[in-house]
Amino acid sequence: MLKDKDRIFQNLYNDLGSDIISAQKRGDWVSTKEIISKGRDWIINEVKDSQLRGRGGAGFPTGLKWSFAPKEVRSRPHYLVINADESEPGTCKDRDILRFEPHKLIEGCLIASYAVQAHVCYIYIRGEYFVDGQKLQAAIDEAYEKKLIGKDASGTGWDLDIFIHYGAGAYICGEETALLESIEGNKGQPRLKPPFPALVGLYGCPTIINNVETIAVVPTILKRGGKWFASLGREKNTGTKIFCISGNVNSPCNVEEEMNIPLKELIEVHAGGVVGGWDNLQAVIPGGSSMPLIPKEKCETLTMDFDSLVTEKSGLGTAGVVVINKDQDIIKCMARIARFYKHESCGQCTPCREGSGWMWRMLERMAKGEASKDEIEMLGDVTKQIEGHTICAFGEGSSWPVQGLLRHFKDEIKKRNKFDPIVKENKNIPYLVDQHLLDKNA
Amino acid sequence: MSLKRPAKEQPENFEFNSSSLDAANKIIAKYPKGKQQSAVMALLYIAQRQNNNWIPLAAMKYIAKILDMPYIKVYEVATFYSMYNLSPVGKYFVQVCTTTPCMIRGANKLVEACKEKISENESELSSDKSCSWMEVECLGACVNAPMMQINDEYYEDLNKEKTLEILDKILKGETPKAGSYRGRINNEPENNRKTLMEFKNA
Repeated sequence: MLKDKDRIFQNLYNDLGSDIISAQKRGDWVSTKEIISKGRDWIINEVKDSQLRGRGGAGFPTGLKWSFAPKEVRSRPHYLVINADESEPGTCKDRDILRFEPHKLIEGCLIASYAVQAHVCYIYIRGEYFVDGQKLQAAIDEAYEKKLIGKDASGTGWDLDIFIHYGAGAYICGEETALLESIEGNKGQPRLKPPFPALVGLYGCPTIINNVETIAVVPTILKRGGKWFASLGREKNTGTKIFCISGNVNSPCNVEEEMNIPLKELIEVHAGGVVGGWDNLQAVIPGGSSMPLIPKEKCETLTMDFDSLVTEKSGLGTAGVVVINKDQDIIKCMARIARFYKHESCGQCTPCREGSGWMWRMLERMAKGEASKDEIEMLGDVTKQIEGHTICAFGEGSSWPVQGLLRHFKDEIKKRNKFDPIVKENKNIPYLVDQHLLDKNA
Repeated sequence: MSLKRPAKEQPENFEFNSSSLDAANKIIAKYPKGKQQSAVMALLYIAQRQNNNWIPLAAMKYIAKILDMPYIKVYEVATFYSMYNLSPVGKYFVQVCTTTPCMIRGANKLVEACKEKISENESELSSDKSCSWMEVECLGACVNAPMMQINDEYYEDLNKEKTLEILDKILKGETPKAGSYRGRINNEPENNRKTLMEFKNA
């Protein structure tokens, strides 16, 4: 288990208070000025050395992303945008950062803004987190009052304004270009890439977009050194991560742990074990609903990091672990996830808009045992026709969980759906004119 | 995609009151000059708060004028995002999360409670027209499942009995206490905390 002194989010459960004085006691806003005085290149190199990968789902190296921002500011200003539109089912880590560790996020915003030369930072919070957003706003006001941000932020000579922009209940706005469209006051429909936001982003200006957790860990990385962060976890999957363990466990919780922690330890030690014991485990969704599920046999030895989950044909995603035990109907669980994606598709690309509904309806029928056995292959076909044929990654997000179900629980579906629509016997039904084709003697 | 339709009965006029107007001007100032359209989402939200939790078409026309943008673009935004209510939902708007992590912990019991106390069908006003309920997608409090949202507040770690109690309170016009209903503190593992022990109850 990770040592408590190596945990970045000391106030994850709000034992210590989220106000600025408590935050400063924990080390926030200490030596911010010295860090910034070391310069942009040092900051970006240190983040690169830490091998920090984005915590929002895709796992893109953060230092590399920052280095894509143009080196010189020309006629168009640079922007920093923080993605706090946390809507992936199974994930609730950013909410705790917003309400209990807001100063880590704000300090991270200052450092990141300086590194990518932005004077304005927008934090896009999902509309449902209104109360948590108010808490963040209170923290921002405190920081302005203490001159930690604003004009000449923290005495560094850098000006920074931070604004909160509330979303209004659209999952798709967690996709970075849809998020930009949403800030610009449009429907949240993703843009084609390239051009990438680092060059043409918000209002057509260079924009760097990062997840809340990514930005909130940056100050601690710079204070304790990229080497310290890289010493946790394993090569290319370094550092700590907040895991959200929900579903059929005895003590569902959020916990910060080292990358590459065994899944079994996460469930047994931190979440109090599976309801009904480990043997009652059916499957685990390891990284938020869009990642394919993993059956029990593989959960024994699975370790939780980006690369090891990819080898299991799944992904770490947002590290929202949903535990499903044998009391649940796995097909129904996946049908509900398909309904989520059908509801949240933005409607821009046809394969996703139509296909997400098809998948949902087929799965609902399969859960009831009303589907024909040909439909099982057909469902796999539909997922393949959505995946990779859409503007954004939502297409993959909606088809992967269904593919995961088909990969690991096909027998279960087949057992339940035996109906064969083709008439194989010679029946005397007047409207079946092609019956002569079934004649074996022909 | 979800389908949203504006209410049949619409008020003739809509205007921000002075406090709404102040709030709107503050929000418009957050965005660069000429990009005031960015404020449309926040302004729709302000209109919704002012007008008993729903947005009439007149408000969209009014906001379009304030922000100097076409009415159709405001309408597009209002129909795209699910948090804008285009027809009356009552003073207390109950949203029950039924996505998989909540579903497997018994969110359907919460739905049953809503059906018993508020109305048989979702998005239907209760007999006293004070509240309505709706099934929604993931609200992002999965470790506190099952949960529901009433207006801005989250009610977490529920079961059917607790939900019935909460609904009784709102039907009486009271605002119940938000947060966990199993007495746990935020997102910590109940009775099983193994981390950050030196700060616990510090």
